[in-house]
Amino acid sequence: MSREWRASTFREDVRAFIARLLPRGWKGVGALPVGDVDAFVTQWRDTLATAGLLGLSWPREYGGGGLSHAEEIVLAEELARAKVPGGAPWDPMGMQMLGPTLLEWGSEAQKAHFLPRILRGEDRWCQGFSEPDSGSDLGSLSTRAVADGEFWHVDGQKVWTSSAQVADWIFVLARTSREESAHHGMSFVLVPMDQPGVEVRPITMLSGEREFNEVFFTDAVTHRENVLGPVGAGWKVAMTLLSYERSHVAATLPIQYEQEFERLLALVERRGLGRDALVRDQIAQAYTQLSVLASLGRRVKAQISQGGPPGRESQLIKLAWSEYHRDLAELAINLLGPEAMVVEGRQGPFLPYTADYPGAPISSGAWIGTLLHSRSDTLVGGTSEIQRNICAERVLGLPR
Amino acid sequence: MTMTDDQVLSQEHRVFQQTMRRFFDKAVPESYVRDFYEGEAGFDPAMWRRLDAEFGLPGLAVPEEFGGSGAGLIELVLVMEEMGRCLLPSPFLGSAGLATSVLLRLGDTEVNTCLVPRLVSSGDFAALAVTVSSGDWSEDAVSVRAEGGGDDTFRLSGTVRFVLDGDLAPLLLVAARTTSGISLFEVEPDARGLDRQRARSLDPTRRLATVVMHDVDGRLVGHEGTAWPAIRRGLDDAALLLAAEQVGAAERCMDLSVEYARTRHQFGRPIGSFQAIKHKCADMLLRVESARSAVYAAAFALDQANPQASRAVDVAAAYSGDAFSWVAKEMIQVHGGIGFTWEHPAHWYFRRATSSAALFGSATARRRRIAAALGMPC
Repeated sequence: MSREWRASTFREDVRAFIARLLPRGWKGVGALPVGDVDAFVTQWRDTLATAGLLGLSWPREYGGGGLSHAEEIVLAEELARAKVPGGAPWDPMGMQMLGPTLLEWGSEAQKAHFLPRILRGEDRWCQGFSEPDSGSDLGSLSTRAVADGEFWHVDGQKVWTSSAQVADWIFVLARTSREESAHHGMSFVLVPMDQPGVEVRPITMLSGEREFNEVFFTDAVTHRENVLGPVGAGWKVAMTLLSYERSHVAATLPIQYEQEFERLLALVERRGLGRDALVRDQIAQAYTQLSVLASLGRRVKAQISQGGPPGRESQLIKLAWSEYHRDLAELAINLLGPEAMVVEGRQGPFLPYTADYPGAPISSGAWIGTLLHSRSDTLVGGTSEIQRNICAERVLGLPR
Repeated sequence: MTMTDDQVLSQEHRVFQQTMRRFFDKAVPESYVRDFYEGEAGFDPAMWRRLDAEFGLPGLAVPEEFGGSGAGLIELVLVMEEMGRCLLPSPFLGSAGLATSVLLRLGDTEVNTCLVPRLVSSGDFAALAVTVSSGDWSEDAVSVRAEGGGDDTFRLSGTVRFVLDGDLAPLLLVAARTTSGISLFEVEPDARGLDRQRARSLDPTRRLATVVMHDVDGRLVGHEGTAWPAIRRGLDDAALLLAAEQVGAAERCMDLSVEYARTRHQFGRPIGSFQAIKHKCADMLLRVESARSAVYAAAFALDQANPQASRAVDVAAAYSGDAFSWVAKEMIQVHGGIGFTWEHPAHWYFRRATSSAALFGSATARRRRIAAALGMPC
C-alpha cells in the first residue's frame, strides 16, 4: 500500500520519512562493507517502492505518484542529501530516461504495459545508442531495423551499454529507412534482450571493472508495436530522453560533489597539509569552482521550475561538471602524495561521472577509483569537445 | 553553498536590464570611451548628471528614507554589468558602490541624514581612501594616523594609494587609525596639508589617485574606533559590484570575439568554423555564465543577509576576476593581429581586466579567506 504525498509540504515530509528509515549513525552507502552494498540497495529500492516514491511524477494509473517533475527533483535532492540511492544501479535508464520519454511519446498500450513493470523492477532497461563507428557522430549510426509482417528485424552492434548484462530490454536507435542523411530515417525501437539474436559481451574498463558492454544484434526480433514515437522520429525521441537525464543529473550532482568535497577536506587534514599555502590555494580554487557551478545549476533549475525554457547556460552544465570533477580527482591524488602509488582499501564502485558513494573512506583506494573513473567524465554523454562544439554552434551561432 | 532557494531574476529585473542596455548602447558608444584614450577627457559631469536625472542610479540602493530608490544589491549588479559592458568611465563604482555602501553600513542616523543624501542627487560623488601602498584592503593595512583634538575634529597624516576618483571627488572619506581603532573621517577637498595626485592608470577609464595628508583636518564620521566592520562590509559590496562589472565586460569581449570569428575569413572559410576558435568561444561562454551565476547568487545572499554571504562574495569575486582576465586575453588571440593594435578596443578590455584583478584584493587574497572560512588551520 503506497502512501500519499502532498506537494505543498513534500520536501519536509520526505526528508523526515527518509530520516526515520535510516539506521542510527548512518554515514552513507560508501561506509557500508563492500559486500553489503548490493543487499542494502535492493532492500532500499523496495522501501522506496512501498512508499510510493518511485516514479513520483508519473500518473497514478501507471503506478506513479501523480506529482510533478518538481517534486521528483526535490526527492532526488533529498535522497542524495541523505546519502542513499534513488534506486538500483540500472534504474536510471528505466526511471529517469525511458519512463518520462514513454510518457511523452508512448502509445496508451505502451505506457500501460511498460511503466508499471519498470517501477516494480520487472523490466530492467539499457540504452543502445553508440556504435563502434558512431560515437560522437551518433547521426551516422548503421544498426538497422527492418519491418517484416508482425516484427522488426534488428541487425548491427551497439557499444558502451551499461547494465546490458542484467537488462531485460534495450531501447535501440536504429535506421529504419534508406534515407541516408544523418538524423533522419531513424526509429526508437524497444527490443527484448532474452533472445538468440542478442549477444552481450562485457568490456573491461580502464579501472578494471566490468560495467558496460558490447551488444550484438543478429536478426534480433521485436514486435511491430515496439517502436516508441512515429517510425522515422527516432532522433527526436532520443533527444527527449537525453534532456530528461540531464535535468536529473543537474539536480543531484552538486549535492554529491559537496559531500565529496568534505571528504577532500578530511584528506587534507589526515595528510597534515592544511597549513601549506599552495594546498590552501588549490582547495580554495576547487571550492570556488564547486560553489560557482552549484550557482549555475540552481539558475538552470530555477528556470525550469518556473516553467520557462532553460537558458543558454543549461547547455554548459555537463561540460562544467565533468571537467570540475576530473580536476578534483587529480587534486586528491596529488594530496595523497606517495600513498597514491598503493591501492589501500576498496576501489569504486561507481556509476559514470558520479563521485564515490557518500560516506566512502578517505583511503587511497577510494580516490584512485575516483581518478581512474574520472577519465570517463569528459567522454560519456558527449565528449567535452562535442559539448564545446554544441555551445559554439547552437548557443553562439558559430558556423559548422 | 547551503543557499537552496530559487534565485533568479524577476520579470521586472529583466525589463530594468533591457532599459539599462538600451541606454548605455546609445549613450556610451566606442567613440565615447576612445576619447579617454586619445584626449584629455577625464570626469564627465554631464554623464554623471544623466545617470541621476534619468534613472536615479547613484541612489538606487539607498533606502527611500534617505532619498534613494530603496533597491537591492541585485539591481546595482545589473547596472554594473551594463557599465562594464561599455567600459563606462565613471565614479559610480567608487561612490555609489563603495563609499555610499560604507556610509550606509555604519548605521548612523546623522550620517544617513546628512552625508548620504549628498551622494544621492546633489551631483556630488565620494571617494573612499582606505588602502596603503601594499594595495591590501585589510584592516591591518590601514596606516593613516588620526590624532584627536577633543571634539570631532582630528588631524590626519599618511598616504593612501589606489583611491578611486580620489583626486576629483567633492566628498573625500578617509579611513584612519586613532587610539581607539579604525575610524572614518571626512576631509575637505581644499584642506590645508592635503595633496591629491591623479595616477597614470594602466586603464585610463579607471581613475585612480594618491592622497597624501600632513596634519590635515578631518571630521569624524560616525563613532570613533568602530568603522572597520562597516568598511569591511562596504568592501564586500564593492567587490561584488566589481565582479558584476567584470561579467558585463567579459560578455562584451565574448560577443566581439564571436562576431569577428563569424565574419573573418581565412582559407576560404570563417575562422569561427575552426574548432580551435570555436572552443575558445565556448570556454568564454562557460566562464561568463558561471561568473554571472556566482555574482547573482552572492547578490541575493547579501540582500537576504545570508550568514554565508561574505564567502559567496569571495567566490564570486575570485572567479569573476580570473574569468574576465582569461576572456580578455583570449579575445586578443581570436582577433589575431588586429587585436594587438591601439585602434582596436581589445586592449581597453585587457587593461580593465588586468587592473580590476588587483582592485579590492586579488583572487589569491580572496582564496586565502575562503581557505580560512573552510576551517583549514592557519
